[in-house]
This record gives sequence, structure tokens and C-alpha cells, in this order.
Amino acid sequence: MMNISRSVSLISLFLLPLLSFSFSVDNPTDRRVLVLLDDLSLKSSHSIFFNTLKSRGFDLDFKLAEDSKLALQRYGQYLYDGLIIFAPSTERFGGSLDSKSIADFVDSGRDLILSADTSASDLIRGISTECGVDFDEDSSAMVIDHTSFSVSDVDGDHTLIAAEDLVKSDVILGKTKIEAPVLFRGVAHSLNPTNNLVLKVLSASPSAYSANPSSKLLSAPQLTGSAISLVSVMQARNNARVVISGSLQLFSDRLFRSGVQKAGSPNKYEKSGNEQFVTELSKWVFHERGHLKAGNLVHHRVGETDEPAIYRIKDDLEFSVEIFEWSGKSWEPYVANDVQVQFYMMSPYVLKTLSTDKKGLFHTSFKVPDVYGVFQFKVEYEKLGYTTLSLSKQIPVRPYRHNEYERFIPTAYPYYGACFTTMAGFFVFSFVYLYHK
Amino acid sequence: MAALESPPPGTPSAMRHAFGSVLSALILLLIGVLAFSIRLFSVIKYESVIHEFDPYFNYRVTQFLSKNGIYEFWNWFDDRTWYPLGRVIGGTVYPGLTLTAGTIWWVLNSLNIPLSVETVCVFTAPVFSAFASWATYLLTKEVKGSGAGLAAAALLAMVPSYISRSVAGSYDNEAVAIFALIFTFYLYIKTLNTGSLFYATLNAIAYFYMVCSWGGYTFIINLIPMHVLLCIVTGRYSPRLYIAYAPLVVLGTLLAALVPVVGFNAVLTSEHFASFLVFIIIHVIALVYYIKGILSPKMFKVAVTLVVSIGLVVCFIVVAVLVALVASSPTKGWSGRSLSLLDPTYASKYIPIIASVSEHQPPTWPSYFMDINVLAFLVPAGIVACFSPLSDASSFVVLYIVMSVYFSGVMVRLMLVLAPAACIMSGIALSQAFDVFTASIKYHLSGSSNSKDDAEDKTSTNNASKDDGSAGKTDKGEESAKERSSRKGKKKEREPADKPSVKSKIVKKKALVLPFEASIVALLLLIMLGAFYVIHCVWAAAEAYSAPSIVLTSQSRDGLHVFDDFRESYAWLSHNTDVDDKVASWWDYGYQTTAMANRTVIVDNNTWNNTHIATVGTAMSSPEKAAWEIFNSLDVKYVLVVFGGLIGYPSDDINKFLWMVRIGGGVFPHIKEADYLRDGQYRIDSEATPTMLNCLMYKLSYYRFVETDGKGFDRVRRTEIGKKNFKLTHFDEVFTSHHWMVRIYKLKPQKNRIRGRAKKLKLKTSSSKSAKKNPWI
Repeated sequence: MMNISRSVSLISLFLLPLLSFSFSVDNPTDRRVLVLLDDLSLKSSHSIFFNTLKSRGFDLDFKLAEDSKLALQRYGQYLYDGLIIFAPSTERFGGSLDSKSIADFVDSGRDLILSADTSASDLIRGISTECGVDFDEDSSAMVIDHTSFSVSDVDGDHTLIAAEDLVKSDVILGKTKIEAPVLFRGVAHSLNPTNNLVLKVLSASPSAYSANPSSKLLSAPQLTGSAISLVSVMQARNNARVVISGSLQLFSDRLFRSGVQKAGSPNKYEKSGNEQFVTELSKWVFHERGHLKAGNLVHHRVGETDEPAIYRIKDDLEFSVEIFEWSGKSWEPYVANDVQVQFYMMSPYVLKTLSTDKKGLFHTSFKVPDVYGVFQFKVEYEKLGYTTLSLSKQIPVRPYRHNEYERFIPTAYPYYGACFTTMAGFFVFSFVYLYHK
Repeated sequence: MAALESPPPGTPSAMRHAFGSVLSALILLLIGVLAFSIRLFSVIKYESVIHEFDPYFNYRVTQFLSKNGIYEFWNWFDDRTWYPLGRVIGGTVYPGLTLTAGTIWWVLNSLNIPLSVETVCVFTAPVFSAFASWATYLLTKEVKGSGAGLAAAALLAMVPSYISRSVAGSYDNEAVAIFALIFTFYLYIKTLNTGSLFYATLNAIAYFYMVCSWGGYTFIINLIPMHVLLCIVTGRYSPRLYIAYAPLVVLGTLLAALVPVVGFNAVLTSEHFASFLVFIIIHVIALVYYIKGILSPKMFKVAVTLVVSIGLVVCFIVVAVLVALVASSPTKGWSGRSLSLLDPTYASKYIPIIASVSEHQPPTWPSYFMDINVLAFLVPAGIVACFSPLSDASSFVVLYIVMSVYFSGVMVRLMLVLAPAACIMSGIALSQAFDVFTASIKYHLSGSSNSKDDAEDKTSTNNASKDDGSAGKTDKGEESAKERSSRKGKKKEREPADKPSVKSKIVKKKALVLPFEASIVALLLLIMLGAFYVIHCVWAAAEAYSAPSIVLTSQSRDGLHVFDDFRESYAWLSHNTDVDDKVASWWDYGYQTTAMANRTVIVDNNTWNNTHIATVGTAMSSPEKAAWEIFNSLDVKYVLVVFGGLIGYPSDDINKFLWMVRIGGGVFPHIKEADYLRDGQYRIDSEATPTMLNCLMYKLSYYRFVETDGKGFDRVRRTEIGKKNFKLTHFDEVFTSHHWMVRIYKLKPQKNRIRGRAKKLKLKTSSSKSAKKNPWI
């Protein structure tokens, strides 16, 4: 018995890290997701969204945001691969969770869906600011649009927006076009245009503005027009992905099911674009799509197979790198014609577009420039929606050795001739001078 | 050695002569032992390590040579320095020292004497200083006889200036170059005295060795033409002069061009042009003498007008060609270091990187006394002695001392070239003085008893001055040169052995006899002077010049403190960082980092690329963010600064900082020196400028410094620092050595996320109150 229990504990000891590493480099799709709600009723009111996640194999763990046992990690290991925060009004999380630990969670490469709503708490605003998204500072403000509202908006204050301005990216929103407008009711946010990590996925129309619908507009609203972002994504430098939405209702069953007709538009859709939009976005954020992996950076001289320790100037070399894309289940070869390699020393000396064999191998060949120094092969691939690839490999380039120069240069033959005739002439002269009477 | 030209054998004087030779050989051996052992203080007091900065590079190169052989060394492209440019070591290094030590190591190892490369490197300099003192003996003997030679050798063996560059462990080019310099001069004088083509060839080879060893070879190739010119101008032209000079220029230039680092510079740069010009002149003169020999005086006068007019035209053309060459040569004439020799203010005006090196500064008067001590007073006497009589050889020595005094006044480093000249002069002076005094004493002692002997003594001592004076008058003492040198060879201890009969054609026979008491007193004073010199030299060797500078010691009330921070931190680097990590530091520490920590550096002590150094200087003088961007673009992982404020180590980076600003500002004009100075004063206390207090060097040096004593008192600058509590935003402190002398920082990785703006605004409003309490937020 003792032995068995010991071996069981041993096995569990080995299994534990294995389990906790289910999210890994080789299998980037998230598996275990913590859902934080400020009200358990959200579980049923947003059940379609949660069920699609479950059906795709995610292991959802619903917790109240105030739950005092909340913890993202235990013994230094993260318990979850993804986090969904549907708790816009929560002022404080329970347990050990706070805005910093959520930022750390993202910095560890894990993903986050955050939804704010009208009167979002400072905590939620703080988290979104950490991710580069600034919500309207007026906590009672909502997005109002008097031209592209949904006609099903019964209140008449034009806060149910029918947004159609989606980012054009098959990677983020899937290949099938989202026909119907996306219904949105919530708070506006803006992005810093210099921040190249965040991206508007769903923007407001030019006629939108952010204000409190129940009070009179006294001054010009701070956020207006297409500067307003409704839903944004952020891909951190470590490729952690974050979705930030200004509307919790966007994910709700009600808006999923409701039909939509944009004001002034004759097209009436049976079903809003919300479900497709949210599902595709969740596929992207949980790394089911658009995740690249590169490796096997190989270079060698033309005609050789081994990687040399050093190149010589003007060597011909071949370079190849393998890039694969994660399809959600397996690694598929990545096909593109815009992957480039730099031969780099303070600035790129060679910049070549790689050609692919459609099996994931990208290759090219080029001549080492006539400059010696410590170079790098650099593959920097940044494409909208895809994970950033940044690979480099250092390789020195040396000048010619002393015996690698031409021994005799044809143009210098007159000089060789002059040299030898002088020597011969001197010899003859000495001979004549010394022995001629 | 002097025995070679002995007087007719079989007499007691021959016996004496032989005894003198043996004695001088023994003395020379002892001088060698002295030269070697006086340089061992550093090993005894510290340990057998390589010293300072450059020696570490030489050591690393020697290791590479001994491991990979000469061809790999020749073609070595070093990718661990000057990242990412790299450096072609084989083509940019003077290989003489490395090849010498490598050869010694190889010979010892093939004799089954398993010494490590490091040991060989440590002891190369002492061994070669023994060689140098023997070479001095040879040179001085050619000038003024073996007595002066022995004195000069003994002086050189312990001259502090030379000791400072050749203590055990000081494995630098100068260690072998000084020997090569003296030996080349000796061979030149020897050729001049003998007219032997054999010595001329040897001279060219010695010159080649000198070119291999040190950039100071340009001193030789300018000094010898100058002397030749001097001889020609003073009417001392002779075939011997031609043989001494012409082969040296031809062979020497060809050989010099073989050294990769010199290459075509041997014919392209202005430093070498003097030799070519004189080469042409000596040929013209030779031609003139030849024509004079074959023509009658009348015809000669006609010929002279003809030749002079043609010669002027030729000279004009040659000068024009030379000027054109100078204008088209890649360096536009003179290199910066040479220009700073001619115009001492040149470097500080135009090339801060040359001026920033302390050994390129002009010396102060005390440093003359420190480095050559009493020799400074003996040199004038030596010069006077050289003028009685003035021979080719002694005029060379005079020229040598004049030039080296000038150059040493420009650059403190060139005191090293002055030292042998001063030793030779002082050796001559001492030996002559001893001659006169001992002869006077002998005259008085034997005056009553033995008049014959005394007469002999008189004449012999007289020979030195009077006979030589006559030779000086006749001007062309060529045919007697051999005799003269042989005479002088015997002068010192063997005056009675001299054959007075040979030189009895002298004008006056009256001896220069001083009063007995005066001689005794003067002799005692001279001996005391020598004793002081020895005491000073031993003190300098033991205390002043034996510190390896990588290990510091300080004596305080509670005993000896050892500061081994440099090796501590280099060891930390080599154990805690990745092999390919790049370490940025000011260039002073580049060689040590590559040699001791084996990490790639951005700049090092071989300051060949001013822009690259300026980049590092700019980064050090920029605020954190800009500095981070510069370092990141160079793939730097770690930044190393040297800080002496805690223990009072004065040559730290803060004291060198203005040079970084100057060098950086020379290339990147947005760095302005005035921004770092408050009213022209360089200060780091509360009066310092904001630019100064926010630059990277200040921050990296004084980060957390206030935690040491609560006030942040800098013991080098003797003031409290200006900005005490601050945080680093782009750098992480990863290592600080035991006495805080070396601080290593790691560049923070780029932020994973970019924050929005909203919260910052809030923070500003909320923290406005606390800002008063915590000024560093």
C-alpha cells in the first residue's frame, strides 16, 4: 500500500507539471479558461458564447469576481491559459487577483478577453489602460450614433449601434465575411495611434460620439467619430492576445439572436453579426488561428551542407527557415510570399524575399557582401493578425586570408617584368663592372 | 670585448687587458641580473599576473598564437571586439612582441620546459630589459668606450622610466621595442664606425624587428636621416656614412612594408618621407665627391656650377613629386599622433581621443625627476663630454638626446625614449668624471715616488680630452676612427695599459690634474649621487611602478586593503552571462573584458574607429531612454561602469566622463560639453546641471549610492552627489563588486505591452502631493 501510494504521488508529481503545461509552444491554443463574472446570471444570459467555447474544447471555470479564493497561479504555476473578465462593475477582485497580477498573466504569454460596459469600474479601466486601451473617462458616457443605430433600438436614444466598420483581416475575423452589422451597446474607448500593438477591430462610424444619453450635451464630446473604437485587440510583444470590448451585451444571447436593420438601410438581417464576430474573434484570441512558429534557421555555403563557423566576404550562401502555422489542431505549413531575410550588421546589407516550397520551408541564396564584420541573419515578420516572428542568428564574416588573393594579377605584368629585368640588368652590370677590363 | 683590439701582446698590460675584459663581461652579466631582478617586485608583492590594459590584449593574442599557429594569427579576424564591426587582428597589430613571446614559449616547450603562456608573457619584459641594458653597453661603447658603456648599461638597467613599462607582467610592445630601438642604434653606429656592409644588413634586420614591435619605429627612421643630414651639413660625409644609411633605407623600407600593419604606409605616409629625401641627398653628395675625385680642381668648379643648376632642377622636381604624393596619400600627410608630436596642442584641439589618454599628455616637471632622477643633471655633462671630441657617433648620441627631450616634453609616454638617451649621456658623463678624478688622485699618490708611472697616467687621462679635442679640430678623423674607438675601449680601468707612445703626437702633454682633496670629495659626491639614484630606482620599482592596476592595494591604519574588484566582476561576467552577450563599457576596459571575461565588447583600447567610440560616448552621456536605444541597436546586453566614489579610486568613469562627452559630441553634435558644465566647472554635486544629473553615466555610477552612507558622499570628488534617490527605468542592476568599483547593469527587455495614456494623467494628479516627499518619482 505504501508503495502504491508513493508511486501514485510520484506519478501525480510528474503529471502536475505536464498538466499545467498544456499551454505550450508546441500547442499554443488555450485550454483552461477562467471566466470571472460579477453576476452568475451572466452564465445563462451569455450561454451561447460560453457554449461555443465549450464545444471547441475549452475548459471553462466560472467564478464570481468577488470570490475570495480567486487565484491565477499556484506554486508559481499558472492554473489557466486564458481569462475572460465579464465583470465590468467589479471594484475589487477577490483573492489574490488585482490589476497587476492580470498584467503579469498577460506578460506570461496568456490571453485575456475583457469586457467593460457603461459605468465600468476603475479596476477594469485600469486593466485596459495596462493594455493600451483608454476608455472614456466619463463613466456614464455611452456610444451614441444618430445615423447608424439599429432600428430595433426601442429606447430611442440611439445607443444600440449597428456597427459595420470591421478590420479587414481574414486572420482575426475568419475567411467568411461578416454580412450583418454587429450590435453594440456600451462605452467608447480610444487607442494611442503611436501604439503599434493595439488594433481597432470594430470601430464606430464617423457620426458616432461618446456622451451620457440621459443628460443634455453641454460641451463637445471628447471622443467622436471613427476615433472611437468599440472592440479592440492587443497582441503583446510576447504574442499574448487581448480582446477589449466596450460592451458586455455584445456577447449576450439576446444580441446574438436579435435581428438587425441599420437605420436608413433597406437590408434587414434575421440575425445580427455578433455571434460570428465574437466566435471568430475568440478563435483568434485563444490562438486557434494566426499563430506562427519559425525555426530551423539553416545557412551554409552553396554546395555544402554544414553550417560554417565563419563566412568569407563574397561567399555564396544558401539560407532557409521553416515557418508553420497553427491550425487549432496541428501545425500546417505556412504559405506566403512576403517573408524576408536580412543580412544585417547595424543596417541590412542584403534584403531578400524568401521563396517557399509550400511545405513550410522558406529559402533563398545570396552572396555575402564585400564587407567584413559580425553579421546576423534576421527574419522579422510582422503581419496583421499573425504572431510576430523575430529570429536572428549571428555569424561573423572575415576578409580574405593572405593566400586567398590572386597570386598574379594580369594588369600588373609590366611591373613584374620591370622587377625582373632590373634584377637581371643589375646582375649583368655588376658582372661587367667587376670582370671587364 | 675590448680585448679584440689589444696592444701588442706579451706585456703585462695585455694581461691587464684580458682581466679587464673578463671583469667587464662579469659586470655585464651582473647588470643583466640586476635589470631582470629589479623588475620582479610586482611578482613578489602582488602575483604573477598580466598588468593593466594593453598587456591583456597582447596576452590574448599570444594565447591565440600559441594555440593556432602563425598563419591563423596572421589571418585572425576577431569577432569578439568592436562588435559588430570586428577587427582584423593580424593586420592591425604590431606582431613583434607576440611573436617574440610565442617563440620563447615554443622553444621552451619543445625543450620540455612546460611553462604556461602567461608565465612567458609576464617575464618577457624583464628578460628584454636585460637585453636592452646590454645593447646600451654596446652602443655607448661605440661612442665613448667600454667604461662609459658599463656605466650607461648599469644606469639603464634601473632607470625608473623604463622600469615603469617593463616590470614583470607589463607585457606591452615597449617591453621589446626599447631593446630593439637601442640595438638598431648600436648597429647603425657600428656600421658608421666600421663601414661594414655586414653590420648595415644587420641594422636593417634590427630595424625590421623594431617595426614589428612598436609604432615608435618612426623615431628611428626620422632620427637616422637627421643624423645623416647633420653629418653631411657639417662636412662629415664619408663612404661609411653612405654604407650605414643607404642599405638601411632600401632594405628597411622593403622589410617594413612586409609588416601587415605598416604595409604601404612605409612609402605613403609623411613620417617616412624624411628618410627618402635624405636618401636622395646622400646620393647627390656621393656623386659630388666622386666627381670631385676624378676631376681636376678647375674642371670641378665648372662641374659644380653645372651640377648645382641641374641638381636644383632635380630637387625641385622631386620636391614637387613629394608634395603631390603627400597631398594624394590617404592620410593627407601626417597621422594624428605624429602631428600631435610636432604641435603639442594639435591633439587637444582636434582629436579628443588622442588627448584623452593620460599617457599622451605633456609631462610635468616632477615626472622628469621621478622618471630619470639624477640623470637629468648628468645629461648636460654628458653632452659636453660628447663634444670633446665630436665624432660621428657622439654627434648621433647628442642628436638623439635632443630629439628625445623634445618628444618627451610633448608626450609623457615618450619619456621611455628619452630614458636610454639620458642613460647613455649620464654614463658618458660619469665615466669621464671618474676618469679625471681617479687619474688626479693617482697622480697625487704616485707623484713623489714614481714619476714615470705618473707621467703615463697623465698622458693617458689626457688622451681622453686633449687628443679627442685635436681630432675634433681636424674634423676629418676618419682614418683614426678605429684607433680612437679602440683607445676609448680601454680607457676606464686600464689607463696605465694604454700605450702613450701611440698618441704622443698630441699637442700638449700637460695633464688635467685637479687638487687631491677636490678629487676625493668630488669622487665621494659622485658615489653618493649614484647611491641616491640606486635608492630612488629601487624605491620606484618597488613602490611606484609595480602595481598591476587590476589589483589595487591601499595602506591604512588597520592594515593592508586589497581591492580585487576588477577580476571579481570579470569573473562574474564570464560565469553569469551568455557566451555571445555583448558588454558595453568605456573603451579602457575593452581589452580586459575580452581577455578576462571572454565577452564581446563594443569598443576597446585599440581606438581605431572614432565613430564607434563616439557612439558609446554618446550613449553614456545621453538620458536613459536614448542610451537604451543606442545600446539596443548595438545588441548590447550589459553595461559596465567603473566607479571609484566609494573607496576613492580616482581613475573611474565619472572622471573620464568629460572625454566621453567630448568624443561623443565630436561626432554627434547634439551632445554639447557646455550642457554638462556649470559655469565651466565639472561637478556632480547639487550644483550640477540637469543634463549631467540625468545622463546615463551619472545614473549608473550613483544608482543606490546613497544607501551606502545615507548621504551619498563621493570620496573622489569630495562632495555629496547632486541627485541621490532615483530609479532606473531602462536598466537593471545585476552586479556590483565588493567595493563598488565595478557596476554591471543589464538592459531591461522591451516592455511587453504599451500602456495607455489615461492612467498616467491620473497618477500625476494623485501623486502631486507625494512628489514633494519623494522627488525621485
